[in-house]
Amino acid sequence: MPAAIEVNAMNVVKMKNITKRFGSLVANDNIDFDLRKGEIHALLGENGAGKTTLMRILYGLYRADEGEICVNDNLVNISSPKDAIREGIGMVTQHFTLVPPLSVAENIVLGATDGFLLNPKKIRRLVTEASEKYGIAIKPEALVRNLSVGERQRVEILKALYRKAKVLIMDEPTAVLVPQEVETLFNSLNQLVSQELSVVFISHKLNEVMAICGRITVLRGGKLTGTVEHKDTSEKELAKMMVGRETFGVTRQQDKEPGEPILTIANLSFTDEQGLERLKDVSLEVRCGEVLSVAGVSGNGQSELVKILTGLKKPTSGRVVLNGRDITGSPPAVITAAGMGRTPEDRHAGVIGDLSVAENLALENLDEYKKRGMLDRKLVREHAAKLIEEYQIKATPEDHVRTLSGGNMQKVVMARALSRKPCCVLAAQPTRGLDVGATEYVRSKLLEQSDRGAGVLVVSEDLNEVMELSDRIAVMYEGRIMGIIPALEASEEKLGLMMAGVLEKDETKIL
Amino acid sequence: MNLGIEGIMLLGALVGFATTYQTGSLWLGVLAACLVGILAGLLMALMTVFIGVNQHVSGLGVTLFCTGLAYYAFRVIFGTPANPPQIQPFAQVEVLSGVSILGTILRQYPLTYYAILLVPIVWWVLYRTSFGLKIRAVGENPEAADAAGINVYGVRTVALMISGGFMGIGGAFITLSALGFFTFDIIAGRGWVCIALVIFANWNPIRVLWGSFIFGGVSSLQLRLQLTGINFPYEAFLVLPYIVTIIALTIANRNAAYPAALLKPYKRE
Amino acid sequence: MLKLRIEKAPAPAWVRSVIPLFAILVTFIITLVFIVWVRVNPLHTYYYFLVAPFTSTVSMIELLVKATPLFLTGAAVAFAFRSGYYNIGAEGQLMAGAIMGAWLGVMLKGSTPWVALPVMIVGGFIGGVLWALIPALLRVKLKVDEVVTTLLMNSVIVYLVSYLLNGPWRDPISMWPQSPDIASSAMFFILLPRSRLHFGFILGMITIAVIWFVINRSGFGLKMRAAGSNATAARFAGVDIEKTILTTALVSGGIAGLAGVGEIAGVHFHLIQGFSSNLGYTGIVVATLGALNPLGVGIAALFMGLIETGSLTVSRALGVPVYLGQVVQATLMLVTLGMFILTGYRLKREG
Repeated sequence: MPAAIEVNAMNVVKMKNITKRFGSLVANDNIDFDLRKGEIHALLGENGAGKTTLMRILYGLYRADEGEICVNDNLVNISSPKDAIREGIGMVTQHFTLVPPLSVAENIVLGATDGFLLNPKKIRRLVTEASEKYGIAIKPEALVRNLSVGERQRVEILKALYRKAKVLIMDEPTAVLVPQEVETLFNSLNQLVSQELSVVFISHKLNEVMAICGRITVLRGGKLTGTVEHKDTSEKELAKMMVGRETFGVTRQQDKEPGEPILTIANLSFTDEQGLERLKDVSLEVRCGEVLSVAGVSGNGQSELVKILTGLKKPTSGRVVLNGRDITGSPPAVITAAGMGRTPEDRHAGVIGDLSVAENLALENLDEYKKRGMLDRKLVREHAAKLIEEYQIKATPEDHVRTLSGGNMQKVVMARALSRKPCCVLAAQPTRGLDVGATEYVRSKLLEQSDRGAGVLVVSEDLNEVMELSDRIAVMYEGRIMGIIPALEASEEKLGLMMAGVLEKDETKIL
Repeated sequence: MNLGIEGIMLLGALVGFATTYQTGSLWLGVLAACLVGILAGLLMALMTVFIGVNQHVSGLGVTLFCTGLAYYAFRVIFGTPANPPQIQPFAQVEVLSGVSILGTILRQYPLTYYAILLVPIVWWVLYRTSFGLKIRAVGENPEAADAAGINVYGVRTVALMISGGFMGIGGAFITLSALGFFTFDIIAGRGWVCIALVIFANWNPIRVLWGSFIFGGVSSLQLRLQLTGINFPYEAFLVLPYIVTIIALTIANRNAAYPAALLKPYKRE
Repeated sequence: MLKLRIEKAPAPAWVRSVIPLFAILVTFIITLVFIVWVRVNPLHTYYYFLVAPFTSTVSMIELLVKATPLFLTGAAVAFAFRSGYYNIGAEGQLMAGAIMGAWLGVMLKGSTPWVALPVMIVGGFIGGVLWALIPALLRVKLKVDEVVTTLLMNSVIVYLVSYLLNGPWRDPISMWPQSPDIASSAMFFILLPRSRLHFGFILGMITIAVIWFVINRSGFGLKMRAAGSNATAARFAGVDIEKTILTTALVSGGIAGLAGVGEIAGVHFHLIQGFSSNLGYTGIVVATLGALNPLGVGIAALFMGLIETGSLTVSRALGVPVYLGQVVQATLMLVTLGMFILTGYRLKREG
């Protein structure tokens, strides 16, 4: 572990009082951050804690509303990646910015060539030299499209280094890697810091942070929780810093008898186009009258689970049975007809902005509004007016959904999903981006559904929400269910550890 | 994708012809055709790159505009003559005139030689210069190119202007080399064939050369067949390039070589 | 440091509705260059262009004749575009309808108009559907880009027509490359005595009304609009995107086919090469100007008819080449397109 760094504690980057707002949301609230020469510094926090935002500011992708940035003790103005590169800052984002049909060498020199001519031999030589210098193995002449994700990431790193980066920002670099690749990455990073480079390692995985980083800065809800030395802390303390709140969410009394299973998910697996296994043998059972939540940090397979359950993707293997009907891989219309009320992760992918509220509300069950083949517009409007009143949507039936606020849009989605009294409700990220009032309303509607006797499956990254709504909580990590615990036994700390992949369900007993 | 090609070629054909007609210089005609092509390319860039209009629709718009303009200009300049005005086109160049078959094949118009020469030049620019690297990067992944500090709009505009210039010269070839006069349906879908050709050749300039030899061969073969008087529907030959392209598109679609950002206007977030 | 930044900010609805009018103004300012080139008075030109056609019944009727096929091709294009299917093939589908019309028209010799008329209409529709089928299937089943395939199919049918006219259908008497005249019973009847205005005009109006009704008042229309404006959300809500697009593409082809049969049965009475004079492509202009709205398409088609008639008047009165009309049409399309997009943004000062 690089513990000797303090001797030469020069700050290559110093960010002071950084504040960044997106509308009413404060993504970074007065944050200080500094990076020393030759260290790997972790930026730890849940999704939405503001880690990526802070680093995007440093790389010039966003501009801070307040605060200042010093590089090598000089105050600098970074307003685009170009400025950042000039200051010796490089960033490897989660979405690689590589051009697949070009070769590795071409990608690396792209935009950093001198002169008009492009000598393939010369660029290959330069790239090979850089590759050897930094100890990052790549094949210069290979086409990027034929590379694995891990290899692509190495190309991205080398691309930054080729531009003479002294500071390397890695945004959740392990999220796309298989374990062996993670090891290679860690070796490379350790070698880089030994050459006096500095690395910012953005992550939410405690074990990785503990495995490689010297200092750790923890963000929570856009605020700085603190910066700690590796030797002075533990995974448990970090988990507390990361998710801990002063007040615990109100946990509901579990006074209901669980009903019959209504939705059974058995051994569901899904492998995506890139060949990555996104879901591994997922089994869940939602019973009538209960709320089962799937918690987890985003990108751990929840999206894929939701897409399969809503009919947008077909699983590689496994079965989904709803109310005795096999709906594995069925299209959305069949799943709806079988009695599933669905809300999508992204509400914009559920409603059509250019259509009116009434049209959106009718779209899922068009057959009910047909009169002699034509649409019964009066019925459509009456139905919409009824739902608008019932769900307190601030709109008229004729308003285009595009003009609605996020909360009202979500209410339209909910109203459509719930209007036919489904026997099972799937709510994915139901309150993401909503204000307090709308959030309360949506949650109460979901609880109403379970009181009515429907099975409710909530997929959410919001721990507060999960604790407040659920009877049982399942935690997903890297495509697997880490465990299912009753909400009464759950604490944020316990869930946080499970979400970070540190604890399996059986181990939770120890805590 | 620039569906303006059909119209730009026609406009190039006319401008090249008219310039030569007025000045008597064939090369000035070529130059003028090239310039007007560049302007048309700029128009296309204005529509698609800067304003971000759907490329198909604006390409067709450019074609309709250029076609209308060419017809209009022809009438304005030449009126409605009983006989189409003529110019003395480029003479064919004899290379190796002594050798019988080879000599016949190599007796070509100078522009043909320049066109063939252009293929390796385009290839060289695309694959051996930093500008070519930028073009390819912008075509495949504009976000990545932008992140690497490349001016996506600029590269696209310049590319459209250069290609517009080529289209103009391509049109001028027909009036200045092959025919020596201008008629209204002179392009007759050759622009569309070019689009077909590029798709067929997987966006590779060398393969475009081979493809155009094949397409050209098919078309001259049907002319010969017509001359022999054999009763054969020569249209069957002419239609081949299109049908082959549709089939090629269908087969190639799986492992498509389309530049990934083809048809996608780029707007920075 | 002062910086200008373009940001997304949709203009209010009323602005969008006056765009075409504003575009017309800009277009005439741009085309001024070409008018000045021939050294005629621009005001005279615009008078003959826009006003003179209304001063005589003959030219007003001619305006309607010119607008007739544009109602149909415009409707065809707008219908397809509304579901997100970029049918550039109206030109080819129109010719397919015309081929069917020319063939059926000859076959129907001796039948009464009561039989012939519906047969011609259905036949033309089917012709268009058949020509639209291959690109539509390729798009839906194999995700092959329909723009390129429909465009290529346009070229294919040009050669098919050429083959028919030079081969089996060549007029046996004159030896001209044109098909034999169709039976008089198969001709579309004339609406006004001693004019060229034929039943196709009514067919066009009916089609516009029907597609308005389908798009705005039917369940299928709702699915179409949903698929066209946000396919992901439409699929989420249970719309069968593939089926919707396939149906729309085929109906669009059928409508273009109607335009073809109308030109054969109402204007030319036989198939000749180049009879269409880009009616299918002009349909794209019409659909764009009409903002893909059937009523707008109707108005745009009439306006295009006015420009075509007007360009003839200008040509007769001032000796300006008729092709000015085409230049104006194309400029108008480009300007309108640009404006629709540009009003979605506004300049913002930054820094």
